[in-house]
Amino acid sequence: MRFLFKTDYDQDIRLAKHSGYYWSYGALLVLITAVPFVLDSYYVGQLTQLYIMAIAGVGLMLLSGYTGLVSLGHAAFFGIGAYTEAVLTAGVTLPFMSEPVVFPFVLSFPLAAIFAAIAGVIIGVPALRLMGIYLAMATFAFAIVVEEIFSRWESVTNGYTGLLVESLYIGDMELTDGRPFYFLSLGMLIMVILFSLNLLRSPTGRAMMAVRDSEISAQSMGVNLAKVKTTAFGISAGITGLAGALFAHKLGFLSPESFTVLQSLELLVLVIVGGLGSLHGAIFGAMFVLALPQALAIMKDYLPLYIAEQPGLEPLIFGMILVFFIIFEPLGIYGRWLKVKLYFQMFPLYKKATFKRQKSYMKSERLR
Amino acid sequence: MSEIQCGKKNKQEPSDNYWEAVLFEFLQLVIGGVSIGCIYALVALGFVLIYKATEVVNFAQGDLMMLGAFLAFTFITILGWNYWLGALAAIVCMFVIGNLMDRAILRPVLGQPQFSIIMITIGVGYIARSAAGMMPGWGNETYAISTPFSSQGMRLIPESMGQLVVSQTDLSVIVATLLFCAGLFAFFKYTRLGVAMQASSQNQLASYYMGIPVKAVFSMIWGISAAVAAAAGILLAPTTLIDTNMGFIGLKAFPAAVLGGFGSIPGAVVGGVIIGIIETLAGFYLPPGFKNVAAYLVLLLVLVVRPQGLFGEKTGKRV
Repeated sequence: MRFLFKTDYDQDIRLAKHSGYYWSYGALLVLITAVPFVLDSYYVGQLTQLYIMAIAGVGLMLLSGYTGLVSLGHAAFFGIGAYTEAVLTAGVTLPFMSEPVVFPFVLSFPLAAIFAAIAGVIIGVPALRLMGIYLAMATFAFAIVVEEIFSRWESVTNGYTGLLVESLYIGDMELTDGRPFYFLSLGMLIMVILFSLNLLRSPTGRAMMAVRDSEISAQSMGVNLAKVKTTAFGISAGITGLAGALFAHKLGFLSPESFTVLQSLELLVLVIVGGLGSLHGAIFGAMFVLALPQALAIMKDYLPLYIAEQPGLEPLIFGMILVFFIIFEPLGIYGRWLKVKLYFQMFPLYKKATFKRQKSYMKSERLR
Repeated sequence: MSEIQCGKKNKQEPSDNYWEAVLFEFLQLVIGGVSIGCIYALVALGFVLIYKATEVVNFAQGDLMMLGAFLAFTFITILGWNYWLGALAAIVCMFVIGNLMDRAILRPVLGQPQFSIIMITIGVGYIARSAAGMMPGWGNETYAISTPFSSQGMRLIPESMGQLVVSQTDLSVIVATLLFCAGLFAFFKYTRLGVAMQASSQNQLASYYMGIPVKAVFSMIWGISAAVAAAAGILLAPTTLIDTNMGFIGLKAFPAAVLGGFGSIPGAVVGGVIIGIIETLAGFYLPPGFKNVAAYLVLLLVLVVRPQGLFGEKTGKRV
């Protein structure tokens, strides 16, 4: 057990609280840098997918975990990012141009994020007036409308026929496959995490958390609710859009079916199972969402034939895990990780009651 | 030319009767819209009952409807019971299931952030859908219940005036919705339990102090809501047939509930009917694609223009 002796106020907001941070995260960095040179290309692809999901997870975590706003429509932002990327890298022809303009990826990625962020702000503005459940409804309706637009706006998205996504090249090296794509996604993930960490220790981030904990008291302390909520929506949508842009290259082929409400729910499950209110949670959640189908595929070999052949097995387990996590481990995988860590730090003095949930009463959201 | 005219209407002079034909077409669409709107209204009623009392939004409402329809299918088609008996049995079963659901799943998470509670109902929806698919005899195919209602049209007005029909199936939906609303209204107004429910949805703490068993009342409300959902499922069965994904229709009930002002029972019914009509009209008069999103566009519009809905009251919080 390490005891920190604080001698400076800056210590409170330092990213690395003590030297252990450098050692553990440094080791992790070395490990994930070495991994693509050791593993099979299939696993490299899976890890790339993991990073992309984790970016989207961080985006939603900023909104749901840190600002306390529910979004049932994040797949829409994900999709907007993906389609923007696909269209921009394929080349855009405006009426007054003779040749299509093909955007290089250094431009198209930020633009995809910005487009998604704009969509986020647009949906965020009416959301300011909405409380809890109404907001969930608004984002939900928005996602369904956007999904319909993806499938009907055929001149741009090609509808259900699907849209091929061009691969990116630097010289002769294909950037969107294998190891280069792994490092691209990893780099993006690290950037996004550092951005979020910095955001969360800035006044904006503090205001977001204040809004989550109590809107009324945040407002009383001079936080501009409208500004904070719109910012949170914009940033969250932007990050998710960036993940969408990467995802477009990962899929190589876009169709509206990839961005349905079920995708939004999967992102929410990611955030909840990972652990609401922690960036670690976004990563853990992404691991869970990707590993579950694989684990089920392995499990199926050991189950009785009748059960193993049911197509509904995966959603069943998915739903059960979701319910169990919310009832028994509301802090998600990250919460479990904290408990295990504390157990070893305190060994043999760990007390079960440390994490005992306080008895909670229902807080009415009704304004009366 | 003559064939086309026969298909539509016996109009002698298209120029004269054109507007009349348009009007009757419109009215016919409205009747269809009211019928589907009543289903939305019943599902929305389920949402609103639960939301009013417990401030939980049940995203599994559509799946409860699916379970109810499957139970009715089991009783009526598989076991060969009488239609009315089977429907009643299904509704009673769903009442018990709703009760148990509250007891086992919702009560432990009471007091957690609303976000978690929404997610838990979504999880329950997942479980219900896949469990129904796994159940022996149910499975992932589409089924039909044989009903005493025919899908043939009944004339509403004499033929000389024009063509305006309503099918018995549609009529059964509309009548059943009216009956349910009247029944619920009477229940909330005149029974002890109903008044206790109203009290606990107005102020939990105060009603607890007054000796109302709030927890039991909540479970009862979940039961009633599930029973209403089951009724909606049984009524919907002849129109869309039964399959494990029929619960997604329940998602259309959200716009209905919001339009009526979440938490208002007459609002839910009116909202459901309006959404049903708008959707049917949009499907006919607007380009393809609008039918699917019309309800949600209305929802977004309502949230922007009048977030408290048609029947909701505007509130502010005192600090």
